[in-house]
Amino acid sequence: MLEAPAIAALTILVLALFVGVEVISKVPPLLHTPLMSGSNAISGITVVGAILMAANQGENGTLATWFGFAAIVFATINVVGGFMVTNRMLAMFKPKKSKSEE
Amino acid sequence: MTTTLIQFAYLIAAVLFILGLRNLSSPKTATLGNQMAAVGMLIAIVATLLVSEVVDYPIVLAGVAVGSLIGAVAASRIEMTAMPQMVALLNGFGGAASVLVASAEVFSRTTQGNEPTGIVPGAIVASVLIGGLTLTGSLVAFAKLQEVMTGSPIQYPGQQYLNGFLALGALVLCVLLTMSPLDPVLLWSLIGISLLLGVLLVIPIGGADMPVVIALLNSYSGLAACATGFVLDNSALVISGSLVGASGLILTKIMCDAMNRSLANVLFGAFGAQDAVAASGEAVDQGTVTAYTPMDAAVIFSNARSVIIVPGYGMAVAQAQHAVRELTDQLVENGIEVNFAIHPVAGRMPGHMNVLLAEADVPYERLVEMDEINPQFPETDVALVLGANDVVNPAAREDETSPIYGMPVLEVDRAEHVFVIKRSMNPGFAGIQNPLFFKDNTMMIFGDAKKVIIELTDAVKNY
Repeated sequence: MLEAPAIAALTILVLALFVGVEVISKVPPLLHTPLMSGSNAISGITVVGAILMAANQGENGTLATWFGFAAIVFATINVVGGFMVTNRMLAMFKPKKSKSEE
Repeated sequence: MTTTLIQFAYLIAAVLFILGLRNLSSPKTATLGNQMAAVGMLIAIVATLLVSEVVDYPIVLAGVAVGSLIGAVAASRIEMTAMPQMVALLNGFGGAASVLVASAEVFSRTTQGNEPTGIVPGAIVASVLIGGLTLTGSLVAFAKLQEVMTGSPIQYPGQQYLNGFLALGALVLCVLLTMSPLDPVLLWSLIGISLLLGVLLVIPIGGADMPVVIALLNSYSGLAACATGFVLDNSALVISGSLVGASGLILTKIMCDAMNRSLANVLFGAFGAQDAVAASGEAVDQGTVTAYTPMDAAVIFSNARSVIIVPGYGMAVAQAQHAVRELTDQLVENGIEVNFAIHPVAGRMPGHMNVLLAEADVPYERLVEMDEINPQFPETDVALVLGANDVVNPAAREDETSPIYGMPVLEVDRAEHVFVIKRSMNPGFAGIQNPLFFKDNTMMIFGDAKKVIIELTDAVKNY
């Protein structure tokens, strides 16, 4: 059977899925594109795993180190690109008032 | 930094992600939400860098520097019309990171002679399979959206059998790899087969179905991150991955519902392929259409009190959003009420039209969802259809033999006058003929969307 940490992680997974469904259902279609790019940036959290892979191999883990390095690059593109492009998009959504009613 | 402190930092990051997503529920708080999520990410990364296991800083910092540079340049240069491609690519990179991390963990355990147990082998398999599929599937989606390759479905004899055979092969490899997770041959074979499957599963999907594919791949990139979290026993990855997975799945469902099709039908139906075109070609001649000019339209627009504009992918292709904003300003100046009707699957990704119009400074209050605006069409003087086709097709309501029968559509034909701006009479991406064009209250204006809108604006101004 599964050991305790795995059960704890599964519990977290299930609860996070419920939170995700609750929270995301409230995002209006107006903001679905920023939602996708923003959630993409969040899935760049893999960078955390990539850092651990690239940086703790010592002398004997060449392939693991390089895979970790490549993963850092990809995940960082996700994080930086995702958050920046989302920010850029969201800055464009203005209410009627702020638009100069010439 | 102790493990407890790091776990605590991950918890703070997770809370910030959730609060950030919650703030996306309104355009007023959305920017703050995005910034909160970014701060959460920064906390998670800094905490990880302080872990005692991190010994090789130069390689980490080099990776972060390269990734940040590419990400920042791409994010600040990308055109809003190209946002679907950008998101597709980002999905793919997320998948790539998961495959790489899970594989690195296998290599690392192999050199240490540390055989994984419990849930870890299954999680490795899931990370590799989902991550690999997401990577190449997203690259194909990117290529289709960027028009590097054809947007129409690619089909060949025995396609379903080949895909089924490969899927079965992948399944067998998954089982074998779960049983002996450090076998390099099995690992490389699974990486190879999942990369291949990603390509083969997306090439038969047509351009118009890309909103579903992108949403689904978005979900996969999250689920892959989640599986990687199980590989590394890292709660930050599990929580964030499942949030993104849930988000993508909800969007996928919304997109499928908006097309009245099941996910299976979208993925394996090859909508818009040759047979669909052939079927509609047999349809009886529905009458003739008369081409009008922007000058003709200006007369009717000037006498209107209310106008609803229906944008579609054609607006994005023609980069017409700024011209549309100028037309809107002119009409509003003339005292005409102008709103935009946004179909959930208009464009190439969820929310595509909203972003383009927001870029052109159209205030978001004017962008109205389908269910809200449909009852308004009967009281509307003019509906202006701009580069949209299937989402305004009345056959979805009236013609039970139509392939899109039952799909919720914008009921533009109920408006007093309908103008349709189109490049030619070619059917839309789904290859289905549109009876809207032949209705008595429909007037067609042929030409490039942007050019026609500019001429129309001038004509209205000088009327």
